[in-house]
Amino acid sequence: MAYTKRLDGRKNNELRPMEAKTGVVKNADGSASFKIGKTWAIAAVYGPRDLNPRFLQNPKKGILRCNYGMMPFSGSGDRIRPGRSRRAQEIAMVMTKSLEPVVDLSAFPNSVVDVYVDLPQTDAGTRCAAISAASMALADAGIPMKDMICSVSVGQVQETVLADLTYNEEAHEAPVSDIPIAMVHNTGELSLLQMDGEISREDLMKALALGKEACEQVYKVQVAALKEKFKK
Amino acid sequence: MTGLVQQERNVVVPGEVLAEGMDYLPGDNTYREQDKIYAKALGLVNVNNRVVKITSLAGPYLPRAGDKIIGKVVDITMSGWRIETGTAYQAMLMVRDATMRFIRKEEDLTKILDIGDYVVVKITNVTSQMLIDLTMKGPGLHKVSGGRLMKINAQKVPRVIGKQGSMITLIKERTGCQITVGQNGRVWLRGTAEGEMKATVAIKMIEEQSHLEGLTDKIGKFLGEAPKFEKPVTTPQEGGEQ
Repeated sequence: MAYTKRLDGRKNNELRPMEAKTGVVKNADGSASFKIGKTWAIAAVYGPRDLNPRFLQNPKKGILRCNYGMMPFSGSGDRIRPGRSRRAQEIAMVMTKSLEPVVDLSAFPNSVVDVYVDLPQTDAGTRCAAISAASMALADAGIPMKDMICSVSVGQVQETVLADLTYNEEAHEAPVSDIPIAMVHNTGELSLLQMDGEISREDLMKALALGKEACEQVYKVQVAALKEKFKK
Repeated sequence: MTGLVQQERNVVVPGEVLAEGMDYLPGDNTYREQDKIYAKALGLVNVNNRVVKITSLAGPYLPRAGDKIIGKVVDITMSGWRIETGTAYQAMLMVRDATMRFIRKEEDLTKILDIGDYVVVKITNVTSQMLIDLTMKGPGLHKVSGGRLMKINAQKVPRVIGKQGSMITLIKERTGCQITVGQNGRVWLRGTAEGEMKATVAIKMIEEQSHLEGLTDKIGKFLGEAPKFEKPVTTPQEGGEQ
């Protein structure tokens, strides 16, 4: 049986309701909160600051260092062990790689910009929410950036291509694929493309087209939140 | 379509198109790609003749030669002091740039500046790798004693100083405080307890509302009429708004 009606009643291309805010962590140089449905990411940016150990320093430009963490109580009820797990390290790495194309730290040699993202509540699509929040926090911190990064997940459940899967959809007992993407807004280039499961070539192209449209919606929310602080 | 896409004083985010066509030139915090000029930072659009630039609303301080900053002594070496500048980089203050007096080789440098002391210094040189040289010889450069220190965003410093120092002079006159604003965002105030408190609140207000117009009037209203303090020491401030 085909997956014709989504579990939460959304349309196939419809995202969960989004909510974004900047300046949520006053101690940080820049910060942002990004919610999409039940998934909630908080990002804080510190720096550029002194980088130790020194062998990590790059004398040509500053480096970007991301940290990702799900809070212990954030999942479906089981305590999530805090700290670096194999999964958290991988996500931190893909976050760094997806943000690097737009962040320009050539004016800050030997320094580091730290991005910390933690998720108080999760319901799939955490790395996408984390990247969207991190991009806003970097802009809020005034770090030179060529563009914004917007991120969302797409996928396929029983031959239906969907945007922004929830955990229940990801765990659906059927052929499911989950494709988190991140897009450089102006050029439409993808700076993150991963996949769980399998998908046919045609459906992948369909999913990516859907993803780009969805990223555009995320971008609108990001921009509105960044400008909110400066309303007259 | 060619010409300006954004209005003067609009708030833009990184990646937003500012102008199309070759009629405009990219200034600070912007870049050109093919025939469009894009923003490279969160800030206000500023058009000066044909140059479009972004006045950043947040962001780190970039050390520049000639800037007056407030630093903290973090280390003492053979030939001088290592100064923390509030950026990712530390600076060196050589003995010969710190004092007019002759210093004997075996003299105790902590007598002049000790670890933890704050100093008002001027940057004399910055290399591409951000090695910073400082001097404490010059008018208005000294070791800080008494008063209080506050931190603001370095991008808001020109607003706090105002055009030709109008804003800072206003605060000095109305609160009777002696105020030094470092380009790195550190502000040192000394006066009566109430004066210091009032000046702190006023500077915080400027920092929060720096993107709005008519701020000097607002601050003037907040501070009220000039009280009967003795005339404050007026030191010339550099690096205010153009």
